[in-house]
Amino acid sequence: MSEKMVESVVARTISRIIIPFIQLYGIYVITHGESSPGGGFQGGVILGTSIILFGIVFSLNTTKKWISKKILILFMSLGLLIYSGIGAIDMLFGGKYLEYGKLPLPLHSPEMSALSILMVEIGIGLCVMSTITLLFIFLAGEKSGTRMDSWEI
Amino acid sequence: MLRSLAIISLLIMGGVFIYVIEDMPPIGNPENPPHVHVVPRYIEKAEEETGVPNIVTAILANYRGYDTLGETTVIFTAGISVMILFQRWNK
Amino acid sequence: MIHALDFMLLLLLVIIALIAISLKDILGAVIVLGAYSLIMALAWLEMNAPDVAFTEAAVGAGVTSFLFISALSKTKRWEK
Repeated sequence: MSEKMVESVVARTISRIIIPFIQLYGIYVITHGESSPGGGFQGGVILGTSIILFGIVFSLNTTKKWISKKILILFMSLGLLIYSGIGAIDMLFGGKYLEYGKLPLPLHSPEMSALSILMVEIGIGLCVMSTITLLFIFLAGEKSGTRMDSWEI
Repeated sequence: MLRSLAIISLLIMGGVFIYVIEDMPPIGNPENPPHVHVVPRYIEKAEEETGVPNIVTAILANYRGYDTLGETTVIFTAGISVMILFQRWNK
Repeated sequence: MIHALDFMLLLLLVIIALIAISLKDILGAVIVLGAYSLIMALAWLEMNAPDVAFTEAAVGAGVTSFLFISALSKTKRWEK
């Protein structure tokens, strides 16, 4: 929670090793949500916690240097846009809203549905990951929240 | 005062839950009340209709797509409102 | 057998909740609540609900602890 880096060498080394594996596991949970337990929400939370771990062990300023606010807001909106956009595309091609079988692809209806579900999970994962990262960067900081003028837009 | 009230209510609720657990239906029995109404339809048709082996994901993202869209909107709104609140606060 | 496991998990939940209530150190109480979420995830897993267990372990033990700690860092650590 502080602006400085954690002193412990063990914590820094272990998290430097383990953070890529956490992120890989999060991506696995998102993309395999259709055949195993998990899904967009859980995978997004796992990706977000990896960034929280980075921000706690290394400093908050480093996190703000690596992740800009514009990208976070873009990902949040993009996730929701993917979800609702798939519904709107279905509606454009003659189906009901979120009726997945109507996509203009040369596939059978269950395959199109599976593809749409994969896209939807990716959208949810993006939205949840960037929301949790945004909450972390805004809530952890000085006494009255993070100074926004020190964060590059 | 508040803490003893919390402990007393916790003990009462925990006692009720532990007493009630003997009456829970056996796990996996197809005659259980939640398994007789719409679940057989999902179990039979979910994979051939949605193409997804995991029935939970099929229900969440296909049959109940509006619910999940609303949930994602709630998360999005929470993030946006925290951002607006803290930016006002820091001016 | 399964009922015995359920009983043990719920008993552990009640004990952990008692500890979380009676601690004077709020940071310790937050950590104990993380353990509560972990036991709760085990209970969900034992009831054959791996998706809910996943959510409970990720959100309850990860993000909720962070939110509590970040709220705690703006107030005092010890309860009066």
